[in-house]
Amino acid sequence: MASSVSPTPLLKDQLDIVIPTIRNLDFLEMWRPFFQPYHLIIVQDGDPSKKINVPEGFDYELYNRNDINRILGPKASCISFKDSACRCFGYMVSKKKYIYTIDDDCFVAKDPSGKEINALQQHIKNLLSPSTPYFFNTLYDPYAEGADFVRGYPFSLREGAPTAVSHGLWLNIPDYDAPTQLVKPLERNTRYVDAVMTIPKGTLFPMCGMNLAFDRELIGPAMYFGLMGDGQPIGRYDDMWAGWCTKVICDHLGLGVKTGLPYIWHSKASNPFVNLKKEYKGIFWQEDLIPFFQSVSLPKDCTSVQKCYIELSKQVKEKLGKVDDYFNKLADAMVTWIEAWDELNPSAAKSDAALPNGPAK
Amino acid sequence: MAQVTLNNNEVDIVIGALHSDLKSFLNEWKPIFSRFHLIIVKDPDLKEELQIPQGFSVAVYSKSDIERVVGSSSAGLFSGYACRYFGFLVSRKKYVVCVDDDCVPAKDNAGNIVDPVAQHIVNLKTPATPFFFNTLYDPFRKGADFVRGYPFSLRTGVDCALSCGLWLNLADLDAPTQALKPQQRNSRYVDAVLTVPVRSMMPVSGINIAFNREAIGPALVPALKLSGEGKFRWETVEDIWSGMCVKVICDHLALGVKSGLPYVWRTERGNPVESLKKEWEGVKLMEEVVPFFQSVRFSQLATTAEACVLEMAKTVKEQLGKVDPMFSRAAEAMEEWVKLWKSVGSS
Repeated sequence: MASSVSPTPLLKDQLDIVIPTIRNLDFLEMWRPFFQPYHLIIVQDGDPSKKINVPEGFDYELYNRNDINRILGPKASCISFKDSACRCFGYMVSKKKYIYTIDDDCFVAKDPSGKEINALQQHIKNLLSPSTPYFFNTLYDPYAEGADFVRGYPFSLREGAPTAVSHGLWLNIPDYDAPTQLVKPLERNTRYVDAVMTIPKGTLFPMCGMNLAFDRELIGPAMYFGLMGDGQPIGRYDDMWAGWCTKVICDHLGLGVKTGLPYIWHSKASNPFVNLKKEYKGIFWQEDLIPFFQSVSLPKDCTSVQKCYIELSKQVKEKLGKVDDYFNKLADAMVTWIEAWDELNPSAAKSDAALPNGPAK
Repeated sequence: MAQVTLNNNEVDIVIGALHSDLKSFLNEWKPIFSRFHLIIVKDPDLKEELQIPQGFSVAVYSKSDIERVVGSSSAGLFSGYACRYFGFLVSRKKYVVCVDDDCVPAKDNAGNIVDPVAQHIVNLKTPATPFFFNTLYDPFRKGADFVRGYPFSLRTGVDCALSCGLWLNLADLDAPTQALKPQQRNSRYVDAVLTVPVRSMMPVSGINIAFNREAIGPALVPALKLSGEGKFRWETVEDIWSGMCVKVICDHLALGVKSGLPYVWRTERGNPVESLKKEWEGVKLMEEVVPFFQSVRFSQLATTAEACVLEMAKTVKEQLGKVDPMFSRAAEAMEEWVKLWKSVGSS
């Protein structure tokens, strides 16, 4: 049965907020009532000599490119430069169970009643309640207040699976690709869809990194945002890449991915012509990437995220290397990422126990 | 953005009458239903005469009509809620919309009356996208689109064959769930339509659906009848079984299934605690069928809904027949249904 209403825990000592930035962090002022209890990890992209001001009163650690190079040494090559993909460095250095990541042009949205949305609280709710990847519930998240499993939903599947990822959405500027932006420059997302749902097992989706939370202990090593930006032939596919890898690994390990609430307000529309140049190759490569991810099969002995990820990197090299040499480099970077992750997170590396089978808490 | 025209002549509205007095039900629906042709099928077990108000173009079928058309031995397929399948059989329209007789129009968040027929037809006439999940839900709705990262080759989508609507007030929960939460009512209007992804199983409630009869008609099968089946939705699984068959068949035929809008308002009826006594049979059966539906496969030769149903019937008999005789009977019903569809359903 769905759980009764109880207050959502703050989890302030168990969650880090990771923010990539190259400009400034003014947006944090609006988020202050919701974010101030939490520790922030700021990943400063671009020129490391630029001083990024963090508003007073926040507890944070900040890393610029020099820090990344110092901490990772040669392995720093796997972290992108001049692209928000660098944020995944923040996931690696965090010591917390949960991560929430948000872009610096995302603000607090309002729900249809006019009330400000506490996005972080909704993400926490999503992560703390089970997912239902094995059977679609037509009333969406059965653990939401006022909802439940519908008639015909098998009782044996009602415990669900642990939730690894909570994918939030955006009002105002929608996350469109460059061609769509060019065709519909004025379209704004004004539709508030009051639902959270689990993306079924075996189904891929485009994971946007603008408003995203995940259980770092369950899935962290899969959240590598790839090689993007400076010196790379592609951009704006960092979160997509992480999302496809994450989803196939979650499906393999019996973890759930939710999408829907919460909404944030996305204020800045990036330049579609600049975007087109970044995405251009991705639009073609996608056509090979999707069949690849749809047919990925991970062996039974891949019982940890790291093992799954290394296996995935082998298959990337084997099957996508011929699409473009970029994928050979990316496959190598995936391995470097895992090595760096395990170095910075030694206790996690030792335990490759299969995931707990007990009921979700 | 898709432009959809709604042609009255393309739609039949099928109502299974489990109550004899349809006056207030139909009067509530008049502004929406009156432009369409209605097929009302009376539950053969219902003794009283149907009371139908003026102002509708309607064909009414009762027990004697059913027996005349399909023969008295096959008439048994159409008792209780399954009577509406007879309506699907005799309809000659491309689209069928079907709503339970205890539902009335709902209102959206702005207070406007929802026209479920129009919404269902929009759902059926715009493509479905089962191969990749769009996080902004239906990309063909006004104000929405495919998001960044959605492969371009998958953006044409496929034909939508089934549209599953939802319910405000009394949601379609099973008896144990509703009995445990007697006050719970569904007040959340979720403003979305989405395609249920390929290979994903789902419970298709028969309370508020629409489908493309030409594409998928034979796949909605009146087959799984509980021995204690009753006259409340809590005491049936016929639609759940039918829906799971339709979904795997749609997946095989590369057709889409959508879920979400439109909502109808489901009025109070029955007592879930009373129905609990009959419920467990259905609940137990559901547990058996999940692994079956997860692994069902069709041959290359199954290129039509009829062919798929026949192949399924065979596999049901072989794999599930030994689990419970109810499944053997369901398989036989599926075969009988296809025969009827060929003789009565297509002409």
